[in-house]
Amino acid sequence: MITASNITHQHNGKPVLKDVSVQIPGGGITALVGPNGAGKSTLLSLIARLQPLQSGQVLVNGLDVQTTPARNMARTLAILPQTTEVTPRLTVAELVGFGRYPHHRGRPGPQDVAKVDEAIETFDLTDFRDRPLDSLSGGQRQRAFVAMVFAQDTEYVLLDEPLNNLDIAASRSLMQTLQGLTRDHGRTVVIVLHDINYACAYADTMITLTDGRLGPCGTPGDIVSDAMMQQVFRTDARILRVGDRVLVEA
Amino acid sequence: MRTLRLEIWVGLGVILALSVVSLGVGVIKLSWEQAFSDPEALRVLIVIRLPRTLAVLITGAVLAMAGIILQAIVRNRFVEPMTTGTGQGAALGILLATILIPTAPLILRMGLAATTALAASLGFLAIVRRLPVTQPLLVPLVGLIYGALLGAVSVFFAYQFDLQQSIAIWTTGEFSGVLKGRYELLWLAALAGGLVYLIADQLAIIGMGQTMATGLGVNYWQIMAAGLLVISLVTALTVVTVGMIPFVGLVVPNIISRRYGDNLRQTLPLVALTGAGLVLISDILGRILRFPFEIPVGSVFGVIGAVFFLMILYSRSRSAY
Amino acid sequence: MPTKLLAGLSLAFALICVAYMTVDAKAGWDFILPFRGTKLLALVVVGVAVSTATVLFQTISGNQILTPSIMGFDALYVLILTGSVYALGGLVVADLAPIKTFLITGSMMVVVSLLLFGSLLLDNRQDLFRMILTGVILATLFRSLTSFLQRIVDPNEFAFIQVASYARFNDLSIDTLAIAAPLTALAVVSAWSMRFRLDVLMLGRNISIGLGENPHRGYLVTLLLVAVLVSVSTALVGPVAFLGLLVVSLARFVLPSPYHSHLLPVAALISAITLVGGQLLMERVFRLVTPLSVVIDLVGGLVFLTLILKSLRR
Repeated sequence: MITASNITHQHNGKPVLKDVSVQIPGGGITALVGPNGAGKSTLLSLIARLQPLQSGQVLVNGLDVQTTPARNMARTLAILPQTTEVTPRLTVAELVGFGRYPHHRGRPGPQDVAKVDEAIETFDLTDFRDRPLDSLSGGQRQRAFVAMVFAQDTEYVLLDEPLNNLDIAASRSLMQTLQGLTRDHGRTVVIVLHDINYACAYADTMITLTDGRLGPCGTPGDIVSDAMMQQVFRTDARILRVGDRVLVEA
Repeated sequence: MRTLRLEIWVGLGVILALSVVSLGVGVIKLSWEQAFSDPEALRVLIVIRLPRTLAVLITGAVLAMAGIILQAIVRNRFVEPMTTGTGQGAALGILLATILIPTAPLILRMGLAATTALAASLGFLAIVRRLPVTQPLLVPLVGLIYGALLGAVSVFFAYQFDLQQSIAIWTTGEFSGVLKGRYELLWLAALAGGLVYLIADQLAIIGMGQTMATGLGVNYWQIMAAGLLVISLVTALTVVTVGMIPFVGLVVPNIISRRYGDNLRQTLPLVALTGAGLVLISDILGRILRFPFEIPVGSVFGVIGAVFFLMILYSRSRSAY
Repeated sequence: MPTKLLAGLSLAFALICVAYMTVDAKAGWDFILPFRGTKLLALVVVGVAVSTATVLFQTISGNQILTPSIMGFDALYVLILTGSVYALGGLVVADLAPIKTFLITGSMMVVVSLLLFGSLLLDNRQDLFRMILTGVILATLFRSLTSFLQRIVDPNEFAFIQVASYARFNDLSIDTLAIAAPLTALAVVSAWSMRFRLDVLMLGRNISIGLGENPHRGYLVTLLLVAVLVSVSTALVGPVAFLGLLVVSLARFVLPSPYHSHLLPVAALISAITLVGGQLLMERVFRLVTPLSVVIDLVGGLVFLTLILKSLRR
């Protein structure tokens, strides 16, 4: 369980998060959704200690992210940042290999090699194993990064808008793989999503944010409604229900 | 559109005042009465002080203009001829002339310098055309390295032919060597600068890009060639006569275009005046800071210019470049 | 581990060292051994210091076309040296033991570069090209300030600084070698001991946090090592503009490996071979008047332009 309490955060003097307290249950996929600038990515990066907390507290399985040694934290929680950084000049196998770094600190043992092989297989990357990252398509590259995070072998996996720049086939395939992670490997996935329809289709829990404040939280089927769309996204999109699936009008 | 007549008059006034100061500063003390009574003092004034002041004014004006022309051609605000290869090309040319045709008349050697300066500018343009427009800061970076590379070529030949002294003279802008009879070629640069005014509108248009220029009926390549010729000529003339002065072509156009925009017909005279004024101030500073020794104007302007460049680099960060 | 490559490079290095010691040796061994031996050691120290500083700097700046020289590190060292001559007087500085001078200027260099380049590197909203351009302009500023100060100091003191402002492989300041060599060894060992952390830091700030590294601390330690190494090499031979870029690009070309455990030794060997071999060729084979540094600048500058244009085509 991830517990964030009383998070208030400012960026260049502008408030980004206003007293947000939220609990993210262990297991399943939790999606952070909300309009642009609502503070989703900031909240995720505070949980992942990519930025120092200005106030409040974040506990992951009872570990305080501010005070727990970086190495221990990296064996509990993995983060895939938004891919704005330059693609490193690595092959797929080398990149995935770095996922084991928190465990071996530079001297991989046989167990680490096995984990890397497993990750490459799980994410269907065997054919690209020795290809440099910058020769892959956007979807393949994103899969390689997720494989690295998978190889890190942490209970929690955090992803910041991993569907950016992916087409529908790559997006669906990535979301299905993440679902597999939670079902078959017992991982907890926390993901920032831009498109609420992906959240409705794949998330077990949805956390909404508007203007730095927490909105409705719960299963997509419970909380997504015309009123919620109006409150969170300020748009009058209608909601369609097909069986137990929820669809938001585009 | 408001004309800049007032600014130009103010600029002229300031330059006149600075010139009077410049005429009075030097190792030999002069007073105004002396200038009219003492023939020796008059000689100092005419042979040393006046030529120096005129050389400074012309150099400052034409370098600033060369900067704004190159910026229009390259469509990038962070370039100027002295640091992106043209100046180093000119130094290489005059060095080759000294090695190959040492006895040829100065005008011929100067011609060779202008030719290599032109070739160096064309080389820079050829590289810039391959750089992505989305990375405006890559252009000056590549330009600086390109200039440093050409500079290393010169140094290589200079060592082989034992001409390091000469290279040092051409690469450090300094006016202390200016005397009557040894700076007059600069008037050619002044003339070239004056002629640029005739194609100011066309230059402003090619600064908006080739498509826009063609659409407005401007012969893009012709104007670009004319602009490059002026830049190369002016740069070669200043490098050979007084040496390299970096940053003038960068700082001055940026000051003027931030305040008054890019309508070159309006702003060119102001660019020239500001360039002349700032270089004259630097030269006077260089003369009085460590009196009676002199600090080369290139070093003085290098310090002022670099600080100013960093200021524009960081103040522009929020808006587009 | 690319054992074969390392063995080959080590062999080449050994051969070149032997050639450097023996070619054209006319005087007796008791003269040549200490004379050429010290120069050889100095060249190797400079080579290793420059290549290591360049690799480290490229790692923390996340860019393979940058070097400490391009960003103005060695210009800063020359400025600090000039500044101390200006502040203390050249005669005082000349009277100080070279080791003391080096300790004073070197520690100032560490402080100033941590303040200046640390704030540049740690600002994570920094645009990469703006950072580079800032460095390049700072380098120009340092050089202008240096020449400015050179004119202000006493003409007698001028000669003292002028020696420091140009790269000179013929006329090394070997009197600082006694401190420069152990310092370089120390810095290189520290870099080697953090080779795995460096691998992670190269992946960028956020990913290294995710993998349990503290990038701020890592960047600062690395920057400190860079400052020490640049001080050492600049004190020994003066500024070497494109040497680092040249040898590290060569190393990456010979061995395209992301791991510092490979890159650091390969780059160091190539760098030492380039310097010793280049000096051997220039001095005794071609008998060129042009200093090696100028030739290295030429080749290095070309490599830089080629790298940029090539990286854009991809």
